Amino acid sequence: MDDSRRRFLKQLGCTTVGAGIGLPVLGSILPATNRTAARATAPARQWALIIDVEKCLRADVRRACVEACEREHNVPRIPDPDEQVSWIWDEAYERVFPDQVHARTSGPVREAPVLVLCNHCTEPPCVKVCPTEATWKRETDGIVMMDMHRCIGCRYCMAACPYGARSFNWRDPAAFIAHDERGNPLSEYPTRTAGVVEKCTFCAERIRNGRPPACVEAVNGVPGGEGALVFGDVSDPASDVSRVLRERNTIVRRESLGTGPNVFYIVPDALPAVAGREGA
Amino acid sequence: MLQNMFRGGRRYWWFLAMWAVLVIIGGIAYSRQLTEGLHITGMSRDVSWGLYIAQFTFMVGVAASAVMVVLPYYLHNYKAFGRIVILGEFLAVSAVLVCMLFIFVDMGQPRRVLNILLHPSPHSVMFWDFLALGGYLLLNLVIGTVSIEAERKESAPPRWIRPLIYLSIPWAVSIHTVTAFLYAGLEARPFWMTAILAPRFLASAFASGPSLLILLALLVRRFGGFDAGRQALRTLGTIVTYAMTINIFFVLVELFTALYGAMPHHVEAFAYLFRGLEGRAALTPWTWAGDIIAVACTALLLVPAIRRQERWLALLCVGVITAIWIEKGLALVVAGFIPSPLGIVTEYAPTLPEIAITIGVYGVGGLLLTALYKLVLSVRERLQSA
Repeated sequence: MDDSRRRFLKQLGCTTVGAGIGLPVLGSILPATNRTAARATAPARQWALIIDVEKCLRADVRRACVEACEREHNVPRIPDPDEQVSWIWDEAYERVFPDQVHARTSGPVREAPVLVLCNHCTEPPCVKVCPTEATWKRETDGIVMMDMHRCIGCRYCMAACPYGARSFNWRDPAAFIAHDERGNPLSEYPTRTAGVVEKCTFCAERIRNGRPPACVEAVNGVPGGEGALVFGDVSDPASDVSRVLRERNTIVRRESLGTGPNVFYIVPDALPAVAGREGA
Repeated sequence: MLQNMFRGGRRYWWFLAMWAVLVIIGGIAYSRQLTEGLHITGMSRDVSWGLYIAQFTFMVGVAASAVMVVLPYYLHNYKAFGRIVILGEFLAVSAVLVCMLFIFVDMGQPRRVLNILLHPSPHSVMFWDFLALGGYLLLNLVIGTVSIEAERKESAPPRWIRPLIYLSIPWAVSIHTVTAFLYAGLEARPFWMTAILAPRFLASAFASGPSLLILLALLVRRFGGFDAGRQALRTLGTIVTYAMTINIFFVLVELFTALYGAMPHHVEAFAYLFRGLEGRAALTPWTWAGDIIAVACTALLLVPAIRRQERWLALLCVGVITAIWIEKGLALVVAGFIPSPLGIVTEYAPTLPEIAITIGVYGVGGLLLTALYKLVLSVRERLQSA
């Protein structure tokens, strides 16, 4: 091969690689320097949710909550459990609190249905591993946010989450989303594409307008379900959640992992046998 | 120089055609995955990584193993590796490309893959792995092509290549260490969360990579008429023996800690691999087969009289690669997800399209490796005849 051709190929290769890697990195490092400055001044607020396990033993309370969430966020209902997308659902007590059960824990306690969702951890492992900042902890209010347009679908966050709170769209969810009679999705919440991860965002879109999360509003609408879910700012001592945390004995999921969940559970002394679980 | 890749005898084109068929099969399956989504794979909500990421892990080891020829040759001036070192470097180039492709085909939104660079996240190990792999690919590509070009011109390689070669040695260690850190830093997965993971990865890499290099050298000698030298193969055989022994030791260390301590979260994944959980035991035959092959091959490798016979060495190398492929390319990734953090046992088996895509990715690697080796062979053939 003659020298000029080789030189051209070399230069072409070097320029492509250099520009392809250098420019984007440079472009994103510059704004990143401003981001750290903003962090220092941000108000320390942290939304939190308290789940009263006893009140949520009633199937109608749990159903209202799961259905409200699915309607609000156009969550697809995929029958195959391997491909299910779940934002809030219920699991057996022994699966939710593996460190709270022992060899002599009674069957009804093990089987009791407990609502689970993203814990919006203080130290979220999913945020730590995300290679694109598609999931991040919002500095203003502690919500673990999710940008479904930036997510590359690597599923590293799913491997990292110790709570199984993240769902991947293994296929196009469009066919599994509920529609009204005119063929529109039930909510204005953007529908997702195949190949991205999603999860509960504490209804960030409702909180912005001063409304409580859909699940909280829904349980309060069920007679007997009032107060089954309590939502508020845990850093504000006057908030409802702070009051409940002072007055009641609460636990979180897998405290020993150090993730610092912000979903708390009030666990009753006794759990009667209940039949049927929602969305599991 | 590059034109050597596009000129060759019938045998060369047959090799390329064989790889091309695999690439086409993989390409067809991948186009289906692009349109239908990853549901065509066997992965699920609970086992969210499968064959692709496991192959990536295995091939990072193969890539890193180039250091086992580079280090003795350049740091210790071990002359016997003079003719094989370029084969190791080009094997690394092809292996890293395969690694990157396996990450790529695993993406749910492959068009957005450059987001890793657009939004660099130093807190994510995947970001570092991306840089480590990319850098290693460039290093070996530059070192390999500059070396062979110098050889073609029958001149000494330029002096600036020396520091790059030295840099490639720790860099090789780093790619597999960072890959181990992808797994070992996850509190959700006790099976992976062990400090021995990176050392284990390196030990198994330095067994499987040189094994593959021995087999490739034997193939090149038979079909390409180029002999890397008896002594080079013997030394590589010794390296495989040491690495395999250390690897087995590391596995036993890990097993002791998990099983003697007997904390349920640590035992469960091992119980799944060796016995099965809740009556599900898809990986049990694989695990036992892999471990038996590993121990048997190591025992035979330890006997110099056996290891020095090339027929035996080749067979044992196939065994070592098989055992480590089962360990890293199959069991390690999947068992991290079983049981799930919620204690659910969901099994995983790759689907046909998933296997086709995997074969296609290996096909791309084979294509590149064949072309690069052809380049080396052509240059050396001309030097010999001149």
